[in-house]
Amino acid sequence: MLEVKNLLVRYGDITIVDNVSFSVEENQWMMLVGPNGAGKSTIVSAISQSVPYQGQVFFEGQDIAAWKPVHLAKNIGVLSQQHYVSYAFRVEDVVRLGRYAYGAGLFSAGDDAEDRRMVEEALEMTGVKPMRRQTVTTLSGGELQRVFLAQVFAQNPRLLILDEPTNHLDLVYQKQVFGLIRDWARQPGKAVLSVVHDLNLVKAYGSDAVLIHLGKCVAKGETAQVLSRRHLQDVYGMDVYQWMNDLLCQWRE
Amino acid sequence: MLKEAKGEGFSFPIYVLFSIALLGVLWICIAVGSVFISPADILKAVWSSLRGLPVPDGFAQSIIVSIRIPRVLAVALSGAALSICGAAMQGLLRNPLADGSTLGVSSGASLGAVLAIAFGVRLPGFAGGGVMLMAMTFAFLSMLVILGLAYRLDCSLSTNTIILIGIIFSMFVNSIVNVVVTFAGEKVKTIMFWTMGSLSGSNYQDVLVLCCALLVGGAILLHYTRELNAFAIGEDNARHVGVNVRQVKLVIMIAVSILIGVCVSIGGTIAFVGLVVPHMARMLVGPNHRRLLPASLFGGAIFLLLADLLARTLLNPLELSIGVVTSFVGAIAFVYIFNLSRKGKS
Repeated sequence: MLEVKNLLVRYGDITIVDNVSFSVEENQWMMLVGPNGAGKSTIVSAISQSVPYQGQVFFEGQDIAAWKPVHLAKNIGVLSQQHYVSYAFRVEDVVRLGRYAYGAGLFSAGDDAEDRRMVEEALEMTGVKPMRRQTVTTLSGGELQRVFLAQVFAQNPRLLILDEPTNHLDLVYQKQVFGLIRDWARQPGKAVLSVVHDLNLVKAYGSDAVLIHLGKCVAKGETAQVLSRRHLQDVYGMDVYQWMNDLLCQWRE
Repeated sequence: MLKEAKGEGFSFPIYVLFSIALLGVLWICIAVGSVFISPADILKAVWSSLRGLPVPDGFAQSIIVSIRIPRVLAVALSGAALSICGAAMQGLLRNPLADGSTLGVSSGASLGAVLAIAFGVRLPGFAGGGVMLMAMTFAFLSMLVILGLAYRLDCSLSTNTIILIGIIFSMFVNSIVNVVVTFAGEKVKTIMFWTMGSLSGSNYQDVLVLCCALLVGGAILLHYTRELNAFAIGEDNARHVGVNVRQVKLVIMIAVSILIGVCVSIGGTIAFVGLVVPHMARMLVGPNHRRLLPASLFGGAIFLLLADLLARTLLNPLELSIGVVTSFVGAIAFVYIFNLSRKGKS
C-alpha cells in the first residue's frame, strides 16, 4: 500500500532523516520506534506532505508528491498527538470537517447523505455521540483526542498515520483509543502507521515495526524480530529487556 | 445561540430577521441628524428623486439624497467589509485578536494611500482610483511582511507575537507617513484631511466601489467558510483534512487586502470594527464560519451605523470622527478579549 523509498529530510545543514526505506501493507499496523530525536515524527510529517523531503513516497504505486491535498486526504489521514483548540466549536462540527475532501469542489453544496452517514458512524464508533453538541473547549485531553479520532474516521482514509496518539492520555483512554484503532485497521483495505514510544504498546498492538536511530533505519520487519534485545541495546544504550522485566515484577501479586 | 437550520448555516428566516434589523437601523440613521426628517418625508424624497419629480421641500430632499443616503450606505458597507475581514483573519490565523488595525494592515494601506496622494498616483478615468489601488497593494504587502516576520519569530503565530509585530509595524509605517507628510508640500492639507478618517463626505461613487469590493471580496470569503473552520481549528488539521493550505491562505489574504484597501482609501483608518464585531457575533452564533461570516457582515454594518449615529449626535452640532467612537468601544473590548484569550477562554 505505502512504500517509502530513500527518504531524506534536512533542516538546513542538519540531516534529520537519512535514507530511510520501508513499506506498509494492507491490514498492517506498522510501528515507528526509536528514542527521542530519532526522526520518527519527521518521517510521518514527510509522508503526510507537511515537510519538504528528498526521496519518494508511493501509495499504491503512485508518487504522492504530485497529489492534490484532497486526494491525499482521501487516502491518508493523520492524527496528531495534541490539539490546541482556540474557538468553541461543537464536537460534531469538528468531526464533520473530516468530510472536507469529499465536498470541497467550487460549487459543492456541502454535506450529502454519505457525509452524514460517515459522520454519524464516526461519532458512534468513538463514543463521542452523546457529547456531539458540546463545545470542544469544555472537553478533557482524552475526550478531545477521541473527537479528532472521530474526525479522521469520518475522513475514511485508507492509511491512518498516528503521531504518538496516546502521549498525554491516561490508561483508560490509551486502552480505548488503541482498541478503536485496532478495530479500524482490521477493516479491508486499511492500514496504520504510527509513532509510539511505549514499547509495551508496540508489542501488544503492532504487527510490524521499523526501528529508527539518529535518522537511520536500524531494523525493520515483524515486531518481535525488530524489538530484539540486541537492537534495543544498540539504540537505547541500555538493557531494555532487563528494565522492562524489573518494572513488571512490581505488579506481581 | 440563535436557532440554526438543519445544516451548519443560517436558515432563510434568520437572514430576513438580519435584513429587517439592518433596514431599521439604516432608516433611523437617515432620519436622525442635525435636522430630523420624518419617515414620510424620507420616502417622499427618495421616491421623487427616483422619478425625477420636483418636491415642495427641496432642502430636505437634498439632505437626504445627496448627503445622508450615500453616507449611511458607505458606513454600512464599510462596517460590513471590515467586520467580515476581521472574522476571516481571526479564523485564518486562529487568533481572536487579529484584525486589520491590530495586525497593522490598515496602517500599511494608509501608507499606500498617502504615497498615492503625495506623488499624485492616478488611474485615468477613475477619480481616487490611484489611492485605492495603492491602498490595496500596500495592504497586501503589509500582510505578507507582518505574517512573514511573525512566522520567522514564532511559527505558531501566537496572539502575543502577532500583536507585537502589528504594533511595531504600525509604528514603523506611521513614521514613514510622517516623513512623506513633511515633504508633501502643498499636498499636506489633503493628506491630513484624509488621515483624520471619516465617511462624512462619501458620495455615490464611493458607495458603488464599496459595493463592488464587498461583492467580490465578501463572496470569496463566504465561499471559504469550511476552509476557515479548518484553519480556526488548526493549520495542520486543515492540511490533514485536505485543504490546499497555501492556495486558500493566499486567496483569503488577497480578498481581505482588497476589502481593507478600499475601506481605508475611502474612509481612512476606522479602528477596531473588525475586532469587536466578529467577537460579539461569535458569542451570539458560535465560531462556525458558515454562521459567523454572515452574522459579522450584518453585525458590522449595524455596529458602524450606530457608531456613526453616535458620532453625529453626541455633541450636536459638533461632529465627532467615527474612528473616535469605534476606538473608544474597541479599546475596552480589546482589553476584555485579550484577557479572555490569555485565559484560553475565547
